[in-house]
Amino acid sequence: MFRKILISPYVVWALGFIILPLFMVIGYGMTDADGNFTLENVLAIADSVHYKAFANSILLALGTTIICLVLAYPLAYILSQQKRKGAGFVIMLFILPMWINFLLRILALQMILSNTGIINGILGFFGLPAQHIMYTKGAILIGMVYDYLPFMILPVYNVMCKIDQDVIEAAQDLGATSVITFQKVIVPLSMPGVVSGITMVFIPSISEFVVADILGGSKILLLGNVIEQEFNLANNWNLGSGLSLVLMVFIIISMALMNRNKSEEGDAMLW
Amino acid sequence: MRKHIIKNQKYHWQQSSVRQKIFLFYKKFFSYKIKIALKIKNTLLRIRTCTVGIMSQMHTSPTLECSRAHSFFKKEMLFLALSFAMLMTMTGCQLGSTNGDSDDALIIFNYGDYIDRDTIDMFEEETGIEVKYEQYVTPEDMYTKYQSGGINYDLICTSDYMIEKMILEGEAQEIDTSDMNYLSNIDQKYFDFCQTFDAENQYAVPYFFGTVGILYNTEMVDEEVDSWSILWEEKYKNQIIMENSVRDAFIVPLKWMGYSINTTDQEELLAAQSLLMEQKSLLAAYLVDETRDAMISGDAALSVIYSGDATVAIEENENLAYVIPKEGTNIWFDCWMIPSSATYKEAAEQFIDFMNRPDIAMMNFEYVWYGTPNTAVYDELDEETQEDATIFPSDDIMDQCEVYQYLGEEMDSLYSRLWKELKAY
Amino acid sequence: MVKAKKVAARCYVAMIGFLLYAPLMILIVCSFNDSKTRTVWGGFTLHWYTDLFQNEEVLLAVRTTLVLTTSAALIATVIGTLACIAMSAMGIKMRTVMQSVANIPLLNSEMVTGIAIMLLFVHFMTLGFSSMLIAHVTIGLPYVILNVMPKLQQVDKNLYEAALDLGAHPVYAFVKVVLPEISSGIISGFFFAFTISMDDFVVTYFTKGAGINTISTMLYQQLRRGINPEMYALSTILLFTILILLAVINRLSATRSIEETEY
Repeated sequence: MFRKILISPYVVWALGFIILPLFMVIGYGMTDADGNFTLENVLAIADSVHYKAFANSILLALGTTIICLVLAYPLAYILSQQKRKGAGFVIMLFILPMWINFLLRILALQMILSNTGIINGILGFFGLPAQHIMYTKGAILIGMVYDYLPFMILPVYNVMCKIDQDVIEAAQDLGATSVITFQKVIVPLSMPGVVSGITMVFIPSISEFVVADILGGSKILLLGNVIEQEFNLANNWNLGSGLSLVLMVFIIISMALMNRNKSEEGDAMLW
Repeated sequence: MRKHIIKNQKYHWQQSSVRQKIFLFYKKFFSYKIKIALKIKNTLLRIRTCTVGIMSQMHTSPTLECSRAHSFFKKEMLFLALSFAMLMTMTGCQLGSTNGDSDDALIIFNYGDYIDRDTIDMFEEETGIEVKYEQYVTPEDMYTKYQSGGINYDLICTSDYMIEKMILEGEAQEIDTSDMNYLSNIDQKYFDFCQTFDAENQYAVPYFFGTVGILYNTEMVDEEVDSWSILWEEKYKNQIIMENSVRDAFIVPLKWMGYSINTTDQEELLAAQSLLMEQKSLLAAYLVDETRDAMISGDAALSVIYSGDATVAIEENENLAYVIPKEGTNIWFDCWMIPSSATYKEAAEQFIDFMNRPDIAMMNFEYVWYGTPNTAVYDELDEETQEDATIFPSDDIMDQCEVYQYLGEEMDSLYSRLWKELKAY
Repeated sequence: MVKAKKVAARCYVAMIGFLLYAPLMILIVCSFNDSKTRTVWGGFTLHWYTDLFQNEEVLLAVRTTLVLTTSAALIATVIGTLACIAMSAMGIKMRTVMQSVANIPLLNSEMVTGIAIMLLFVHFMTLGFSSMLIAHVTIGLPYVILNVMPKLQQVDKNLYEAALDLGAHPVYAFVKVVLPEISSGIISGFFFAFTISMDDFVVTYFTKGAGINTISTMLYQQLRRGINPEMYALSTILLFTILILLAVINRLSATRSIEETEY
């Protein structure tokens, strides 16, 4: 069929630059330093240090994703309801901060949160006690949410925009309250965008470690730290790859679960 | 304007009441899940939709506000794409010339922001040799990229233990010093230090050096700071910043207990690790590059820091003071070395000599402000700078200092494990 | 009641906007700060701006970044969109496989992706601009697919098929029926790909050739010795350029859409 041919450039690309490197990772992950087959590197996740780091990563990524969703969903809804011109302009304003380098933004955030920073300056001005936000888990969460929020806003907004007003009005005509309309019409119809948003926030944030290093003072170990350290410092690419594989499998499974839910509802609703 | 919107909506609504019916109809059929019936129905639907004339609506999106967003997006993309396309054609040729790896240029690999760029221009002008200057963040990054063999580097500036590692792996070339005019400017005592990792001074020429010590805020710390032990004081809880890199962090407990920083004794390292674990609850953070700014702004009272960062911090905040504890510390050297990938060795040697020329070394010193091993530069400095113990520690202190050695892969992985355990603690 | 709701909604939008922009304000303030460190206020100055335009290294890096990220994002958008169209014609199983493949560069930590791509490259090409470009397209692709795919799923198949029944050529039907519906997804995919490659350091570092710099590799290299305030000035200029550009286009398209409604 004609349409299926269109995938060929992507397939070529994926084979060359996604699958092949992936096989290299698998190759390293499944062998030891001498090149013999072993599962040791993958099973190393059971090591209490790695296990803890993994748990920390998952918790932080989950927290980030949930907060992003809670913040972004109403925002996307409000913006998609804007009757004024230039809704596109407003949404661009929410994407724009991402164009400024990540490192600079995190360093600026540090200046806001630190003990002698702006928040504490304002608190001090009103005679309130200073808060220790910097170098805590809270600071890491703030930083990660800040960094990934636009990744949630845009896909959710895009999908909400496409929801047919007539469907909403039909629901209202049929006597649905606004709460029920929201629950039964808007939420299910916006699911594809939410799934995209969750994917784009959860996946990168699970291997994140720079934010935790700068804002969290590097006091908690994340799996991203471990992988980076094994590749860079310990020069143990085998272990690094093995742990990467574990992370990958975990994400693939969780995404597959999410996609299954989506296809059950989504396809019935849309096609 | 408002009228138009209302009018539009009404118009829209009338048109789509049919669509709404279709929608409900369609949905009902789906719930039966009779696929064949559905197909027939779909064909019917198609005919109906066409007759209603939905095709005429297709160019605009179903909802009003979104059509606006679309037209905005579309135009914007066109505009951006066009302006960037222009930029691309304009710069395309220029980039083409700086691409890839050509043999007629001297390729230098150095730490980021670690040279006065004017000196490179001067070198190019004086010798007619083209220089390609590449920078890295950590020696490990450098090593990974060097090992991949993607670029044939001619000259690398890196730290002591990494040089030793590369020498051991046969990745270093002996430097031919016979044609060098300015090598004698380097003080012999620094060459002696370098013998720790380059036994006969064949492979490395020192560029800058520094120490690791304690930077503290004199307004927040009343007592005299002269020992690493202060980093374990309960009263400075949440006021201490430790070095966030494995071996630099282990210097502190190892030296405090009187062990060598190059120890390979597992017992000593485990003891050091348990001291660090004990210390962890007192720490504000483990940081590297951000330590300097945190100290300047008064976010912390005490920190373990490189002397180069300390110099900058003290200049910005006069309440800060740098001290090398009496138990001794690490002294590090960043040196020039010629890797075995070099294809332009002569030019690399010419460049090393050029770096040692007094005027050039001075320019770099005034840019970097780390300790320079160049006596010609040292003699030219004013007394205040010469006596600045942060930049040039006195000889007695230097005697207490050790240079890192490369400890081998086994120790690397031991360190890595200890570090992970500490962080997960 | 409705009004209160509206006010609340507006406040909410404004609040999120403020949170997102607060750190950028700090950067802008820093760009006028006559001190090399961020945390000390050394008085007002414009000299980082004047220095910036004399610093050829920075200007070259800006150019490289713009050329690299734009071309990478464009290529990724085209390939990704075509792939999405093809995927939507596939069965659910095949589609899931394809989409999972697309997500792989996202799952790996950047370090792993960077090193893997570098090792692949050194075997059959020299590291240079083209290797960076390929790497950037690769990291941008998943974001394009993630943005276009949900849009495509929302498109009513019947419309497209109706067009075909009416005798339209598939390409024509696609351009006229499907493309307008998914265009906002394509554009946001482009912007995501653009942003990702603009921000990337690790992958760029491992795939770049000698002497080539992007804004982000320059920044990370400066981290050890302190970020040059010229970079704050650069960010400020970038931010305002884009803002003004957006505002102008918005004004243009607003006037156009008013004209359009006059029928």
